Amino acid sequence: MADYAHPEALASTEWVAQHAQDPHVRVVEVDVDTTEYSKGHVPGAVAWNWTTQLSDTVRRDILSKHQFENLMSEAGISNATTVVLYGDNNNWFAAWALWQMKMYGHKDVRLMNGGRKKWLAEGRDVSTGVPSVAHATYTASGPDNALRAFLDQVRAAVDGGHTGLVDVRSPAEFTGEILAPPGLPETCQRGGHIPGARSIPWGKACNDDGTFKSYDELKALYGGEGIDGSKPVIAYCRIGERSSHTWFVLSELLGYNHVRNYDGSWTEWGNLVGAPVERGAAQTAKA
Amino acid sequence: MKVEEYQERKLEIEGWPVHLTSYRIGEVFHCTADNVSPGAALARTSGATREEAENKAIERATERLGRTRRHPV
Repeated sequence: MADYAHPEALASTEWVAQHAQDPHVRVVEVDVDTTEYSKGHVPGAVAWNWTTQLSDTVRRDILSKHQFENLMSEAGISNATTVVLYGDNNNWFAAWALWQMKMYGHKDVRLMNGGRKKWLAEGRDVSTGVPSVAHATYTASGPDNALRAFLDQVRAAVDGGHTGLVDVRSPAEFTGEILAPPGLPETCQRGGHIPGARSIPWGKACNDDGTFKSYDELKALYGGEGIDGSKPVIAYCRIGERSSHTWFVLSELLGYNHVRNYDGSWTEWGNLVGAPVERGAAQTAKA
Repeated sequence: MKVEEYQERKLEIEGWPVHLTSYRIGEVFHCTADNVSPGAALARTSGATREEAENKAIERATERLGRTRRHPV
């Protein structure tokens, strides 16, 4: 992990096994399927439900600052706590949680490299008990909206051509052949991708064991599509969690500046009346 | 408790590549079926044996993948 721009943004499974119950460390499991935690989790870990605890439950939005502070407090997280996030699907929603924690200024937050998959594959200890944690005092900063792309910024990126757009969905979603990952409900009216976007599926950043590829491999992967840190980047997927994963790779592992996650993603763009849509393979030349 | 008998394998269901992961915690086998691309979970099941957990997952994945529409591009 030493070659990454910010190696401190990752924790190995071995490190977590040794430190999960340290008083200044809080391990949090965040899964796509929130029942996974109850089957067995890292001993000492608490769980966050992305549908109810990492999103506003009324309007479509991330947590407000007040909601975020409450979440941290209830998890026993202070501003000085080292937080390690992990989850299923190679850390999709763990990355979503990390992105929000960065937006609200948490200093020391890491992903467990390899996520829940690697922990299970290594045959490590698991617990089904839910730890009781004392509430902590937490004061958030921000939100730092420089990490987030809103619709107008994406429109400007399409019109201006000076920002790299990275579509991290599967190739079949990118082309418009399917409107959602196979087997999942369709959540948009139109298939395809945002004009000018490059198709770099999130999973290409990972090894088979769920860990991230090396710095050199990642640099070559994104650089080959013109995403080399020389200009701002906006990553998107369907609802913003897979693109959080790519946001993490670009900003934390490769150290690129001006990387934004468009959490509106295709469920916003693909439902907009009049929005330009490209279908099939990417039409534009590499940047 | 430890995670034991962890296994992964790939198969094709309804024309889609599917990844099956199964393991045992205590007396219970757990299985997850995900679509290889993009890797989203289709089914998560449990059973007294690996076969029981996997068969449930395959059945649910088959039902869900059978509803997936392919659009002309």
